[in-house]
Amino acid sequence: MGAFSQLVDGFAHALTPQNLLFALIGVTLGTVIGVLPGIGPAMTVALLLPVTYNLDPTGSFIMFAGIYYGGMYGGSTTSILLNTPGESASIITAVEGNQMARRGRGAQALATAAIGSFVAGTLATVALTFVAPTVVKLALKLGPEDYFALMVLAFTTVSAVLGRSVVRGLSSLALGLALGLVGIDSQTGQARFTLGIPQLLDGIDVVIMAVGLFAVGEAFYVASRLRHGVPDVIAVKGSPWMGRQDWARSWRPWLRGTALGFPLGAMPAGGAEIPTFLSYATERRLSKHPEDFGKGAIEGVAGPEAANNAAAAGVLVPLLTLGLPTSATAAILLAAFQQYGLQPGPLLFERESALVWALIASLYIGNTLLLVLNLPLAGLWVRLLKIPRPYLYAGIMVFASLGTYAVNGTVVDLAFLLIIGLLGLLLRRFGVPVAPAVIGLILGPLAEQQLRRALAISQGDVTTLVSSPIAVVLLSIAALIVATPVGVRLARRFRRAAQPDREKEPVSV
Amino acid sequence: MRPALPEWLRGRAELSLAALVAGVGVFLLVQTPTIRVPATSNAVGPRFFPYVVGGVLVLVGAALAVAVWRRGSDAPEAGEDVDLSLPTDWLTLGMLIAAFAAHIVLLEPLGFVFTEALLFTAVAGVLGAGLRRLWVAGVAGLVLSTVVFVVFARGLGVTLPPGVLEGVL
Repeated sequence: MGAFSQLVDGFAHALTPQNLLFALIGVTLGTVIGVLPGIGPAMTVALLLPVTYNLDPTGSFIMFAGIYYGGMYGGSTTSILLNTPGESASIITAVEGNQMARRGRGAQALATAAIGSFVAGTLATVALTFVAPTVVKLALKLGPEDYFALMVLAFTTVSAVLGRSVVRGLSSLALGLALGLVGIDSQTGQARFTLGIPQLLDGIDVVIMAVGLFAVGEAFYVASRLRHGVPDVIAVKGSPWMGRQDWARSWRPWLRGTALGFPLGAMPAGGAEIPTFLSYATERRLSKHPEDFGKGAIEGVAGPEAANNAAAAGVLVPLLTLGLPTSATAAILLAAFQQYGLQPGPLLFERESALVWALIASLYIGNTLLLVLNLPLAGLWVRLLKIPRPYLYAGIMVFASLGTYAVNGTVVDLAFLLIIGLLGLLLRRFGVPVAPAVIGLILGPLAEQQLRRALAISQGDVTTLVSSPIAVVLLSIAALIVATPVGVRLARRFRRAAQPDREKEPVSV
Repeated sequence: MRPALPEWLRGRAELSLAALVAGVGVFLLVQTPTIRVPATSNAVGPRFFPYVVGGVLVLVGAALAVAVWRRGSDAPEAGEDVDLSLPTDWLTLGMLIAAFAAHIVLLEPLGFVFTEALLFTAVAGVLGAGLRRLWVAGVAGLVLSTVVFVVFARGLGVTLPPGVLEGVL
């Protein structure tokens, strides 16, 4: 059966009235939570995961797909209308988007972001539909040593790309790997590093890790340096529609952004940051209105937003086909699969093909709902930005507590949450990225499994790790990344290119 | 008030993070030999990977210490609600942590609705909702926690402690 007919089956599976309702709830919740300042997509999915706990897997993933896209769209709304960006992938959107909003074109910035996200998300999902089965075929030929090498590569790229310096990314990753060791060893049943606490036998749940690092850690960090005074939210006025010129200047950036975002997202190279920077730089160079950049060029919103969304769909390629999460959001999605006893990877496409294709179909559905919902309702979401900060963070703490307690129904998990929250505070205080820790926690045990499988086959001979050409290539790339931090330098360069424009902004009190 | 730091530590507070990373690594390396290895295990038992990870932590911690030593701490993370020009507000932070710790103790005996309402009020109060308007935060917290309890515990079947409201809600 070809990818297309399986996709049609997936739609048949996903398009029940009940599932459509789940998708609608997911998109709405995702947008509402994602719009809240200080809450990025990863925190949105972590906080909302308990909502899906008691649904059947299909319904749960459909709601989750909605939350995923809704959370991302909500995040870009925040960065356009507030003068300070939230997560790194929307820094660039904030540069031009905020300038557009200041010049009374906030509605058009939101519209080009929404339509660009829709175009990019849809095209990228089409690409996912056809790329995934090919990758699965390749993946089935990989041995455990290749998988191990792939995971080492993912570890190093994630650490190098997400932070400002490789050693800080690696610090975060290493702490995640250490926490991932806690619990019963899956192969021999021996307890490891549980400190005699029975609740640690099952290990540290990735939801607790993500909520602790993203929600509690963020709340602690914000509390330590709260920006006082009223946040500077820019009102959205005038026609919400894009003019002819806006369309003319947006469609090429959407397509170029997609072309950059999907392949870079699909590589085990950690998320959406680099494609958005690349897209911004490309649009700036190709634009017929270079003088507008820094003053609200619509291309500078359209391209990076499309790249961001296309990369988010691209990240699903390694996740679904190889079981390899390369962003914090993907790590939480992997945890959601494990919740149902499913392990993403090539075998998932064989054993649970109906579920996988329903998930892919629901990505199309979520994307469409998002557009339908957000073009008319953007003005409403804006009001959420005005929630007084004390109440906002009070609410975040309540939901963090709820989500964590819901995992196992024990207060011991809340104590772990507090400790991980303090760790998150420490990491933020020094500008160390937290996402590698989440990825290390969930990917560490999987890497150990592959490593031991490879070494069991070779009867303990470590040279088996470099016995296949694929493994050698992957490990060499990983070593190169640590030795010469290409990603970091690239990201830093584009960030610097974007910086001068931001500094011209009036500083709000 | 912050105690005065010795000269060599000033601007290098990130050394604490390096110490944490290396310390966790040392802990792993010391504790790994206590993991029991069953006679049936393969060539590679449950100790191998912890040794690798422990070694990585020690190396990375050392590398971070060197980086901080040479170039000082990295800048804190920027954010929508963060004012980097302010010094760390230890009092607010301490009260927030205390409020969260207290809510952990109270959650099961008192129940979800009242404990979370208290947590909400405390966090909002500490972050500057204003003492005179604390009752607003209290009412908002109570409404939020009640709605959340009904929707999640009753509607979605999530296990939440009823506490003193056992049998009422």
